[in-house]
Amino acid sequence: MEGPNHARRFVTLWLIASAIATPLVVLLLGPALPPGKATEQASGQVTDNTVLIGMSTPILLLVVLYLLYAVIYFRQPRGAVLEGPSVHGDARVQTTWLIVTVALVLALAAYGTERLYAGNGAGSGSGPAPLTKPSGAKLPVQVIAQQWYFTYRYPTYGGVETPHLVLPVDQTVELHVTSIDVIHSFWAYQLGVKADANPQVDNIAYVKPTKVGSFEVRCAELCGIWHGEMFDRGKVVTREGFETWIHQQQASFAPATKVLPPYSKTYLPEPPRRGG
Amino acid sequence: MTAAAAYAISERPAPRPWWRRLIGFNLLTAVILGVGGYYLGWWIGHEIVGKSFAFQEKTNENDVALLLAYFFGVAGFLIGLGFANYPVSRLLGRPPSLREKEEHGIARYFGLCTDHKVVGMQYMVGIGLFFFIGGLNAMLIRTELLHPTPTFVGPDTYISLVGMHGTMMMGMMTSGILGPFANYFVPIMIGARRMAFPRIESLTFWLLMAAGFILTSTIFFGGFPTGWTGYEPLNDQAVMGMDSYICFFALVGVSMALLGLNMMVTITTMRAPGMTWSRLPIFVWAVMATAVLMVLAAPMLVATLLMAAFDRTISTSFFIPGGGGSNYLFENLFWFFGHPEVYILALPGFGIVLELLPVFTRKPLWGYRLAVAGLLGVTLLSFFVWQHHLFVSGINADLRPFYMLSTEIISLPTGFIFLVFMATMWRGRATFTVPMLFCMAWAFNFLIGGLSGVFLSDTPSDTTTHGSFFVMAHFHYTIMGGLIFTFFAAIYYWIPKMTGLRFNELLAKTHFWLMFVAFNSTFLPLFIAGFEGQPRRVSEYAPHLQFINVWVSISAFVLGLSMLIFLANVVYSLIFVRVRAEANPWRSKSIEWQLPTPVPVHNFDEIPVFDADPYDYGLPLPVAGTRPAPAGAG
Repeated sequence: MEGPNHARRFVTLWLIASAIATPLVVLLLGPALPPGKATEQASGQVTDNTVLIGMSTPILLLVVLYLLYAVIYFRQPRGAVLEGPSVHGDARVQTTWLIVTVALVLALAAYGTERLYAGNGAGSGSGPAPLTKPSGAKLPVQVIAQQWYFTYRYPTYGGVETPHLVLPVDQTVELHVTSIDVIHSFWAYQLGVKADANPQVDNIAYVKPTKVGSFEVRCAELCGIWHGEMFDRGKVVTREGFETWIHQQQASFAPATKVLPPYSKTYLPEPPRRGG
Repeated sequence: MTAAAAYAISERPAPRPWWRRLIGFNLLTAVILGVGGYYLGWWIGHEIVGKSFAFQEKTNENDVALLLAYFFGVAGFLIGLGFANYPVSRLLGRPPSLREKEEHGIARYFGLCTDHKVVGMQYMVGIGLFFFIGGLNAMLIRTELLHPTPTFVGPDTYISLVGMHGTMMMGMMTSGILGPFANYFVPIMIGARRMAFPRIESLTFWLLMAAGFILTSTIFFGGFPTGWTGYEPLNDQAVMGMDSYICFFALVGVSMALLGLNMMVTITTMRAPGMTWSRLPIFVWAVMATAVLMVLAAPMLVATLLMAAFDRTISTSFFIPGGGGSNYLFENLFWFFGHPEVYILALPGFGIVLELLPVFTRKPLWGYRLAVAGLLGVTLLSFFVWQHHLFVSGINADLRPFYMLSTEIISLPTGFIFLVFMATMWRGRATFTVPMLFCMAWAFNFLIGGLSGVFLSDTPSDTTTHGSFFVMAHFHYTIMGGLIFTFFAAIYYWIPKMTGLRFNELLAKTHFWLMFVAFNSTFLPLFIAGFEGQPRRVSEYAPHLQFINVWVSISAFVLGLSMLIFLANVVYSLIFVRVRAEANPWRSKSIEWQLPTPVPVHNFDEIPVFDADPYDYGLPLPVAGTRPAPAGAG
């Protein structure tokens, strides 16, 4: 084949572009990636997202630069009807591609698994009996979803049920997410927590807030017409602030707490049938 | 009697007067019997079954009646079209025949026709119709999302629109490439005169049309609130419009399974001499892979929906947690179908791209075996990844590393396809015609779709992105970017063959560029909306996301406009101007371009013998399948 050494030229181009773009993406875009650094789990997810976006950049560049390169160099000359070279394959290229992609995929899966277990579920709903649990004292909080709002019960504080979520800072929280009608998904964005709320299932997620501030709570699983209205703001406060708040809640909701069903991992859902 | 004699063409019958042609088994009879069947089912449901269900008296809702009405309606519709005739005549001892194939004129496009080319055209128009209804839903959705609070259609209608858009696209477009293009070209490409089961081929189309109208009828019964996934127990709680969803998807499932079966049998048994597995055009391989997925996955969907229908009507509780069932069961069953389903949408697109690429780069397909391995690898692996849709659901949480691994492994066979794509372009002589541009756009779109999929396959990352607009942008890149773009590539590539007419080049290029730019301008910002915390399927969202949403809505309207340009091109080029296309405008070596246009009813006078690779570009070799058969072959 005559002409310039396209292989060397393109690979050089790609390597240089990747060497420039990847650090830029990681350094500039990385800190802006969700969901922020308000909890240990959220910070972990930012790290994971940064790793993934850093890894994706050279792959994106490979294909996009190749498409541009091909459009410029591998085209039919104007007015000509030439045939291309009759090449049916290349065992070396195929083998190299296979080895590189297998290595990438295995590394990715190993990294994801390690991060999932080391992060004790990384903020995701991990079912009724998670394989790994954080050490130390945990504050249990139950999240009860129904159409179309969340309420929260604090079993260690007399099972009081509150309409808003307030958590103490620097304290591992054990969220027990359940539903009493259809499937919802408890998504506390800044906390880096997402766990489906299933009727009759106790779905556990761990989170440890590291910063005082507020966070948004939404529903992330379609649950009927007011799905988008399932929105609330929660707060992460200091230890003392939390104690004050929870005692206030206990006092003001005392009459309600008396008639509530006793605290339980799940509650028998209402029959979903229309009209009875 | 030999097979050839049984299927020989008989003399063309004398034309009958127009009023006489209205009587008999045709679309008019089908509609009348369909409506009659519908009211019969409705009446039975109310008179016999409805009275024993207390809740139905209280709410004036009768799911039994509606499901029976749909069932009898579809049965009447199919009988009216004449699908019962052949089994009955065989029961009465009449000889086998393919009489339906011999209809002439425009009328055969409106009824049961066993000519695979007619079915292909029927599919193209029928699916196109529902594609535009689904697209219209999307336009209404985006209009609602111009404002952070529900102002335009309200949350009730909005959620129904979301459900209808998703279900319409996932259901009807499942056959988006297999329906029109595989039905039309697979028999030709393998050197056959027809499909293995020509009546079943027609049945799949009419089932799909009946299903489409059933889904559209949901607006008369209050719509359905569950989106295309139909999750329980919301499904059980929903009003009667949910029955339309159940009936629609079950019919689509039956149609898919039959279509897949037909394709598998045709490709396996009806290849002409010399058409070995290793000479099969790559598009046919992609159809084969898709067909396997359809046959294995679709019955699961039908069974699941049958169980859901029982839950809704006769108070079983397969999926009702309070009654001893589990909503996890529904999620497992649904996604066991649902994940292969998304590859059912993507694989034919791979086939189209790899089929067209050698034609436009004037090179053989690079790494044919690797491409086949990629297609079959995706087919196999797609059954082992479904729980990645349930990473945060709490179900089998300890299996997540397995599903993370299997999901990431599926990028290996997809990577093969990309390698084949890129290497086929290497040192090629590419001409950037409209079909080629759509193929290039596929590469870009599917790349974005694949890379965003990596974020979703990684459980810690998925915790943020799951159920958000990020997911929505991801699957629009893979499905719209992977299927609809290749669907248009196939239309622009094959319409000169199917109609003998040429598209207006300027309108076609305008369509492509507008569609490509608007598509990216619509869905790229949605990744950011998802990252910023906007959940899917909401009619109300955080006020600070309004700018992104308005931007996306405007881009979506432009995307809709690009579809209108396509429609204008169809009307202009195929109905009004009608410029005849060259016999082989792309200088393709594939066999369908060597046949006369329009393709004769029985495709080949003599069954061809394939003695060359279908992708011998770059060499002045004889064209595949043009050598006449030796005596006795076929």
